Amino acid sequence: MSVPCLEISNLSATLANGVRVLRSVSLTVEPGVVTALVGESGAGKSMIGKAVLGVLPPSVKIVEGHIALEGIDLGDLKSKARRVLVGERAALIPQDPLTALNPSRRIGPQMTDRLVHILGWAGDKADRRVRQLLDEVQIRDPDRVMQSYPHELSGGMRQRVLIAAAFAAKPRLIVADEPTTALDVTVQKQILRLIAELQKEHGTAILFVTHDLGVVAKISQNVSVLYAGKVVEQADTPSLFASPQHAYTRALMAATPRYTDPLASLKPVDETVLAGLASEIAAADRDWVAP
Amino acid sequence: MSEPLFRVRGLEVALPDMARKPLIGKAPMVQILKGLDFDLPRRSVTGIVGESGSGKSTLGRALVRLLEPSAGSIEFEGRDIAHLSEAQLKPLRRNLQMIFQDPMSSLNPRRTIGSIIAAPLKQNGLGDNLAERVSEALRRVGLPEAFAQRYRHELSGGQRQRVGIARALALSPDFVLADEIVSGLDVSTQAQILTLLEQLAAEMGLTVAFISHDLSVIRRLSQQVIVMQHGRIVEAGPTDQLFEAPQQEYTRELIAAIPLPEIDPEWLSTG
Repeated sequence: MSVPCLEISNLSATLANGVRVLRSVSLTVEPGVVTALVGESGAGKSMIGKAVLGVLPPSVKIVEGHIALEGIDLGDLKSKARRVLVGERAALIPQDPLTALNPSRRIGPQMTDRLVHILGWAGDKADRRVRQLLDEVQIRDPDRVMQSYPHELSGGMRQRVLIAAAFAAKPRLIVADEPTTALDVTVQKQILRLIAELQKEHGTAILFVTHDLGVVAKISQNVSVLYAGKVVEQADTPSLFASPQHAYTRALMAATPRYTDPLASLKPVDETVLAGLASEIAAADRDWVAP
Repeated sequence: MSEPLFRVRGLEVALPDMARKPLIGKAPMVQILKGLDFDLPRRSVTGIVGESGSGKSTLGRALVRLLEPSAGSIEFEGRDIAHLSEAQLKPLRRNLQMIFQDPMSSLNPRRTIGSIIAAPLKQNGLGDNLAERVSEALRRVGLPEAFAQRYRHELSGGQRQRVGIARALALSPDFVLADEIVSGLDVSTQAQILTLLEQLAAEMGLTVAFISHDLSVIRRLSQQVIVMQHGRIVEAGPTDQLFEAPQQEYTRELIAAIPLPEIDPEWLSTG
C-alpha cells in the first residue's frame, strides 16, 4: 500500500457560535489521482480545500480530525513548518484568476516569486521553470505574457497562467477550487483538458472542487458528494454515475440539465429527499460530542 | 401563422468604449450588434445563447428599449419602437417586462417585497386592491403571502428570483426578457425556477426571450434558438432542429463543449 497523497480523517470544523460547518469528513486522495468534491453552495467543499492549505478564515476552527499530506500529519507541525511543507508539496488553482492575481504587478514576477521566496530557488532557475510551464499550458509568447499586467489578458489566458503557476513548483497535490466556473464553455473545455494533461504528465494528485456534476464526470476518477458539510456518498466516478446510492446524489443528477434528454432533466429536488437529509444531519449532530 | 410579436431588421447597437476613453473628451463608439434580423413568435420561448461578449445581453436590452439602437428597426406589435422617446415608450412599458440575473442587486434593500411588487402596479393605475394583487402575484410564484412584509436579505437566492418573476408578471405582460436568470443558482434551485417559468409562460401565454450561456437549459425551455457570436447571429432555428442538425461549425463546437453528467472517456480529447 502506498501512502495516500492526502488523507483527511474525521475532520470537523465549527463557527464561533459552535455550529458545525464540516461534519466528520473523511476522504483520501491517492497519488496522481483526481478526486472531485461536489456539492451545492454552503456544502463546505471549498472549506475542505482551504483547511488542507491552511487558509481557513479566522471564524472557522478545526475542532477534531486529522489532515495528512503524504503521510505527515499537519496537526503535528508548528505553524512555520506546516507552511513550508504545504508550500512545497501543495498548490492552489483558484476560481477567479482576476482576484487571485495582483493587478498592479506584472505576471512574470508574480509567478516566479513563490519559487524564489518560498522554495528558495535561484532567480534564473525559477524563470526557466516558469517559461517551461507557460509553454506546457500552450502560451505561445511567454515573454509578452510575463511582461503583461493581469487586466491585459483574457479570462482563459489568466487561468492558464495560474495553472502554470500551480504546476511550476512541482507540487504533489493541487487543490483546484472551481477553476472553470467563471469561464465560457468552450474555454472551460480547453482548460479542463489542459489540467488533465498536466496532471497525468506530472503525476500530480488533484482535489477538484466543483458544483458541476458534468465537470466531475469528465475530470475525476473518484468523487465525494457533500451536503451541509457532510459526505453523503463516496465512490469511484464511473460507479457514482452508473449507480448513485444516496437519494441526494440521484436528486442532484436529475436536477442537472442535459441537452440530450431535456425532459428527463431539470427535475426539482424532492421535498422528501431534503427532509431525509435534514434528519440525517440532525442525527449526526446529536451523536456528535464536541471534543 | 400569426404575426410575430417582435420583428427585428438590421438591428445595430453601438456603445461607448470606456476602456479607450481619453481623459478628456468622448469615448470612441464600438459596434456591439452588427445587423441582426430575426422574429420572436408569439406565445413561445426563444432562447438566445452565446458566450461572453457575444452581444446577447445587449440584444435583450435593445428589445425592451433600455438601449436605443444605432440603426435598424424593432417592430413590436407592428409598430417600430427603435427610436421612440421615453414618453412614447411609457404606455408600452407594462408589456415589456424583464427578469435579471442577480435579484440581490435588482431588488431595493430598503423596501419590503410587497412594496417592490406593488410599485409597477401603482405606476400603471392598478393601485386599487393592491394588497390582494400583491398576494396574488406571490401565490403565482409559489411564495407565501406573508413574504410581502419581508426584505430581500431575509430571502434565499431562489426565493429572491421568485420575487423577480412575481414583479415582472404582476402586470400580465405580453413579453418578458429573462437574462441569465438562473446563472447564480444551485442546480436544485435552478430546476425549481425554470420549471416555474416554463409553467407560467404556458399558462399566461407569454412571449419570452430567454438569454443564457447554458445550452442544456435552452434546449429544455425554448421552442426556437438564436446562436450569437461577436455581435452577429451565427445560426437560428427551431430548437430540435438546431440541436439535432446544427448547420454551423460554431454551433457544433458550443454543443460539443458542454460537459454532460455522464462518463465519456473520449470527451476531453475530442474537439
